[in-house]
Amino acid sequence: MDARRRFCTFNLDQLWFGIPVERVQEVIASPAVTPVPLAPRAVAGLANLRGQIVTVIDPRPCLGFEERPATMRPAMVVVRSENANVGLLIDEIGELVEAPENGFEAAPCNLPAGPRELVPMVCKFPKRLLHLLDLDRVLRGGGSEVQSGKTLKRTGDFAD
Amino acid sequence: MSATTDGMEEIVNEFLAESAEGLDRLEGDLVELEHDPTSSRLLAEIFRAVHTIKGSSGMLGYSKLESVAHAGEGLLGALREGRLVLNPALASGLLAMVDALRTLLRAIERTGSEGPEDYGGVARALEELLHNSAAGVVAAGAVHNAAADLSGGENHASGGRIRVDVVLLDHMMDLLGELVLARNQILRLASSQTGSAALNAAQRLKRVTADMQDAVIKTRLQPIGSVWNKFPRLARDLALACGKQVIVEMEGSGTELDRTLLEAIRDPLTHILRNAIAHGIEPPEQRTRAGKSAAGRLRFRACHLEGRIHVEVADDGAGLNLERVRRRAIELGLLTPEQAAEAGEKQLARLVFAAGFSTAETVTKVSGRGVGLDVVKTNIEKIGGTVDLQSVTGAGTTLYMTLPLTLAILPALIISSGGQRFAIPQANLVEVARLEDGPASSIEQVCGAPAFRMRDGLLPLFFLDRELGLEAHAANDLHIVVLQSGAGQFGVVVDALYDSEEIVVKPLGPQLRALACFAGAAILGDGRVVLVIDVGGLAQMAGVVAGPRVTPASDADRVRETNDEPASSWLVFRGTTGSRYALPLSAVARLEEIPAERIERSAGREIVQYCGQIMPLLRVSRLFQEPEQERGLLQVAVLHESGLRTGLVMDRIEDIVEAVVELQPDRHSELLQGSAVIQGRVADVLDLKNVLARGEGRSVQGATEGGR
Repeated sequence: MDARRRFCTFNLDQLWFGIPVERVQEVIASPAVTPVPLAPRAVAGLANLRGQIVTVIDPRPCLGFEERPATMRPAMVVVRSENANVGLLIDEIGELVEAPENGFEAAPCNLPAGPRELVPMVCKFPKRLLHLLDLDRVLRGGGSEVQSGKTLKRTGDFAD
Repeated sequence: MSATTDGMEEIVNEFLAESAEGLDRLEGDLVELEHDPTSSRLLAEIFRAVHTIKGSSGMLGYSKLESVAHAGEGLLGALREGRLVLNPALASGLLAMVDALRTLLRAIERTGSEGPEDYGGVARALEELLHNSAAGVVAAGAVHNAAADLSGGENHASGGRIRVDVVLLDHMMDLLGELVLARNQILRLASSQTGSAALNAAQRLKRVTADMQDAVIKTRLQPIGSVWNKFPRLARDLALACGKQVIVEMEGSGTELDRTLLEAIRDPLTHILRNAIAHGIEPPEQRTRAGKSAAGRLRFRACHLEGRIHVEVADDGAGLNLERVRRRAIELGLLTPEQAAEAGEKQLARLVFAAGFSTAETVTKVSGRGVGLDVVKTNIEKIGGTVDLQSVTGAGTTLYMTLPLTLAILPALIISSGGQRFAIPQANLVEVARLEDGPASSIEQVCGAPAFRMRDGLLPLFFLDRELGLEAHAANDLHIVVLQSGAGQFGVVVDALYDSEEIVVKPLGPQLRALACFAGAAILGDGRVVLVIDVGGLAQMAGVVAGPRVTPASDADRVRETNDEPASSWLVFRGTTGSRYALPLSAVARLEEIPAERIERSAGREIVQYCGQIMPLLRVSRLFQEPEQERGLLQVAVLHESGLRTGLVMDRIEDIVEAVVELQPDRHSELLQGSAVIQGRVADVLDLKNVLARGEGRSVQGATEGGR
């Protein structure tokens, strides 16, 4: 984990998430997203990034969160992926953080199946936990669809 | 150190590319040489190609390549000097050499070395051929001075040309796509500006972009010959295997296509070639019995016409067994026995494109032609092309193909459905129709499945919003977009139609590839992303892929075939006494069916409310003093002239016909331009100007004056 110590962080449903900073190309405020009918739930649609069409993923359904309230205008983190850039919808961008030594820990095993696949690690910061997203899995469309009502939020015990 | 390695790599790559090209040409030349064994030009070309490969491979230290080429060169030398004359055994030996060279080149390309395999056998076989044949052959007189030919040949390494990496070309195409988008955007912005400077600049940008587009597309063009120069060899091998003789002729090998298109037509063309040799061309005895030459002819032609590429593959074989096709079509339920009995040759021939038609074992065994032709058709249509086929029993089969020049930028119709815009490739678009007063008025149900009465046929129909799981938007007027996919025509109900726009289709990301109904996405002039509909995929998803529509167009095609003049479209309709009338389709804005109860009267004339306006109706029967026939549903052609709509009520619409019409002036009535023969029968052609004037006149006078 030594090479991946700096994280770009953001909020999703009041939880604090992070992805390796070297995977982030840029952050865009409220992009215009064209929805794709019949697409997997994780795909929010397509957006025009200066002439390039990027697929936009919303991690919320993958994590079993409720739909984003209509009043909230999401921001988009543009993430470098093998073939093309992909957009990741987030509620709010956070600061850039450096992970503390020995802060990493495997996510508690009592997570519901969906989030457990997507959040393999957490990082302990003073007073709060940073949830590390398995970016590649999220970008692929979010592993298994989370159908059950059991959500990450409701397990609650490791949220700050 | 690394610089030298790089330099070396470049040299090897160049050698590989050049040798591969040389071999392709060589192969074609060899097969041609079989038909013309004394051609000194061909011998010189072949000799030079092998000689070059030998020289370069020796220099680069590829000893196996060198020894195989050396053995071939020896044999070719004897041929060139006239000590030997090419015979099938020698040709096969030389072709085996080509194969060996090609395998070696591929090995070098993949692994960087010639590999462990031993090619001594090939070289020995060539040497044996040289000695054995030389012993038995009497020098065939003329000793060609091939050395002179050698120096006089065309210079392949001519200046003014460079090799460009394909990746760079693809990148240029991508950039061009973005430029086109930027231009669309600028044009949109500039049109809302009042200053002429911005508009001028935008116009110039438009012009330059168009030129640039042409230029970049040109850099990506490759001659179609690069695909089919392998065909003579393939044909030769196939013919040998089937015990047949085939001469391959090629015309227009220099016709250039976008390289992505070339890749896309390689397999279909190969498939057609196989079909023609395996099933089309008869064995030599049978051909001689039929009074044909023992060797069958297979002709490939390509040309560039009206912005499209036309490719034609013709054989002079037995043609389709139409009787078998007829029977099979009835068995498969594609045609009713009555339809089958009436079906023309062309119509029957087209049935081999029907999905599942050809794969049936019985047909492939007995009548032969048509193995997987549906796949060929689907593949060609996927790249925006068309395929058609003509077969004359006993005289052969010809396959016609048209292809677009490029794939990257295509015109599309922008529509909206469920509150969202989509792009539909223009190539799949047949026509559009408007449904007034919502779907209730003219959509009928066939066992619960919606269908639309389109002239005399029923068109399977579906609602795009429902199919895509979108919320239906309440719209007063709906539109039907009639689309053509591989299997047939169908209608899609959409909410609104917008402009046609040139779009650059980008593939969807891996998360979305499973969606067969979308071909990709594109950015519109306003910067928003739209999804591009994959018409074939959508049809499949909606379950509207039926058998081919057999009824329409067959007559029109016949007309088109016999005339070289450009045909125009005519609306042919009947009066109540059975008289036939025609008017140019270009004058008709729309065809409508209007319920009789919607007719209102105003100032002595009949009117209907149409598109929020009042539209006067003119009854053809009254114009020409024919008895009135009351109908519940009126067939109306909406004519649109100088902003005014007039509805022409006709008793029965017969057809829309594409035909070359020769007018015979007819002075019986000022309402007629004359009469003409359309589809073999006489029709009176309306003089629309006078007809419309008559309509006006009536409204002014309020009288019911009949047409004289």
